[in-house]
Amino acid sequence: MRFLLRRASFYLIALWAAVTFNFIIPRLMPGDPAEAYIAKLQTQQITRAQIDAIRAEFGVDPNVPIWKQYFDYLNGLLHGHLGIATSQFPSQVTDILRQSLPWTIGLVGVSVILSFLIGTLVGMLAAWRRGSWYDTTIPPLLTFLSAVPYFWMALGLVYVFGVSLNWFPTDSGYDVFNVTPGWNPDFIGSVVQHAVLPVITLVIGSLAGWVLTMRNTMVTTLSEDYVLMAQAKGLPERRVMFNYAARNAILPSVTSFSISLGLVVSGSLLTEIVFNYPGIGFALFKGVQGDDYALVEGCFLVIALAVLIANYLSELVYVFLDPRVRQGKD
Amino acid sequence: MQGTNLTGQHIETSSILNKSKGRGRSILSVVTSNPKIAFGAGVVAFFVLIALAAPLLTAYDPNATIITGSRPPSPTHILGTTGLGQDVFAQIVYGARITLLVGFTAAIGSTILQVFFGLTSAYFGGLIDEALSLIINVFLVLPGLPLTIVLASLASANAAANKNEFVIALVLLFTSWSYGARVLRAQTLSLKEREFVAAARASGETSLRIVFAEILPNESALVASTFVGTFVYAVGAEVALEFLGLGDTSKASWGEILYWAQNNSALITGKWWQFVPAGLCVAVLCAGLTFINFGIDEIANPRLRREKTAAPTGDEQKGRI
Repeated sequence: MRFLLRRASFYLIALWAAVTFNFIIPRLMPGDPAEAYIAKLQTQQITRAQIDAIRAEFGVDPNVPIWKQYFDYLNGLLHGHLGIATSQFPSQVTDILRQSLPWTIGLVGVSVILSFLIGTLVGMLAAWRRGSWYDTTIPPLLTFLSAVPYFWMALGLVYVFGVSLNWFPTDSGYDVFNVTPGWNPDFIGSVVQHAVLPVITLVIGSLAGWVLTMRNTMVTTLSEDYVLMAQAKGLPERRVMFNYAARNAILPSVTSFSISLGLVVSGSLLTEIVFNYPGIGFALFKGVQGDDYALVEGCFLVIALAVLIANYLSELVYVFLDPRVRQGKD
Repeated sequence: MQGTNLTGQHIETSSILNKSKGRGRSILSVVTSNPKIAFGAGVVAFFVLIALAAPLLTAYDPNATIITGSRPPSPTHILGTTGLGQDVFAQIVYGARITLLVGFTAAIGSTILQVFFGLTSAYFGGLIDEALSLIINVFLVLPGLPLTIVLASLASANAAANKNEFVIALVLLFTSWSYGARVLRAQTLSLKEREFVAAARASGETSLRIVFAEILPNESALVASTFVGTFVYAVGAEVALEFLGLGDTSKASWGEILYWAQNNSALITGKWWQFVPAGLCVAVLCAGLTFINFGIDEIANPRLRREKTAAPTGDEQKGRI
């Protein structure tokens, strides 16, 4: 329990750091968001009063002391005010994020789970059959695939399965013209169909990490005495592999979950852009293209928040799996 | 992307470089004795040579419009031309310069930060360690690429002149150091308990000297592998940023080639030559670097070496991810 509280306070600090980055960085850069917005308006006549009003709206009024700006900013965040998305005027950033978030969570969630299951299984088998053709070919192949940039893999899949073979749709999250969003089979079917290629991209890109972590720990676990003991007892091979070796080898995979999740989230941003998938990554991309600071920062905050929560959940799982941590010895 | 063989495992860094006599000769023998390092170093050397010899390899200016429109590969333009009529091969060879330079700069800067944070936090311990570890862990847990995108877009959006490779390198440096720092911290924690550190302390060496002249050389293999890991990450992230249009879109680099290919819908119209070569270069370069890391791991980690003599079946991938 104490362990979990300590971790929770760490994540709160990390969240505070993310928020503060968001506040400080635009103010450190030459110029400010208001200036960029004014430049974008491209109006010839803009009065002093208008400029001041725009600055006040962006929270960068030079007459307000910096600490007050900071507290106003935090206060705004707590009340869910992330500002107006200037590139999609007059939409609120929060509304855009609310629409995009479920898509990204679905995409990343499904990909991470699939990739973890497949990767762990492949790594386990590679260690179990160490030195076989399977062990010597699959891991290097996956290493090469993971060196391929996510978005480039996405482009390749679009080209082969979308354009040339025309098996799967390559644009948007569902068939925008023919189905209506809601809990109806047509919509769900369309969503699944549209998610196939993005999910494949993310799974292939992140598989190698799981495979190699699992394989390497499993190799160590297999030389333990209790595995030998289990075999000597004449337990079925499957039971030794899953319940004795893999059960103990899986812990480092759970620990590396946080790093892996960060990579998949990053990959998903790029993948969404290639597939025009209506998630956070695509919103971020539109924000970047339109010099829309409020939107870009809002996207970053919501991604950071989601990653921090997911990390905390993975630590809960770790506590459940590792009795040493559960008993407060860490 | 980042950290191909950095698990924070206590890799026994029995300093490989001290074994033979001449330092230059030993580096060469390390490179040639291990097939994985030899392969990876060959790949990297190939791209460095291409980048250096760019003017000799192609007569075309990578940014100049040579013919109208996008043409498939032909004897005069071996990788075809882009939508703007630029020679793709020229863009690839000149682009290697920018991609390698940015990756290298970011990785060097990042490694310096990693060494500083990792070693000082572990060696001094106590409150310093608490504070530095907190910073390291916060950077570790914040999602890297989104943070990089936010920084790069803010840094480059205010003035078009700010959009250059230097800004990208700086942003990557700032967002890529945490992982290596944690790995080095873990290793330093175990090294500082060794006798040679105690001996140095007893003979009155300054802390600065102990950390950087006694402990650091004993971690050289680990530092090298975090450097290579960061290099891989930096190249991938740089290409991604340029692909998003956050780089200098007027200069040819691998990411820019892909950015323009995407913008000109090269994909939908089946113009594969606009995006296949650039992406393949990134993948091959990163895979080559990753192989160097597997090799370093094999040399530095005695356990893996012993396995090799016991079972010469050629297990690949003993490197840890």
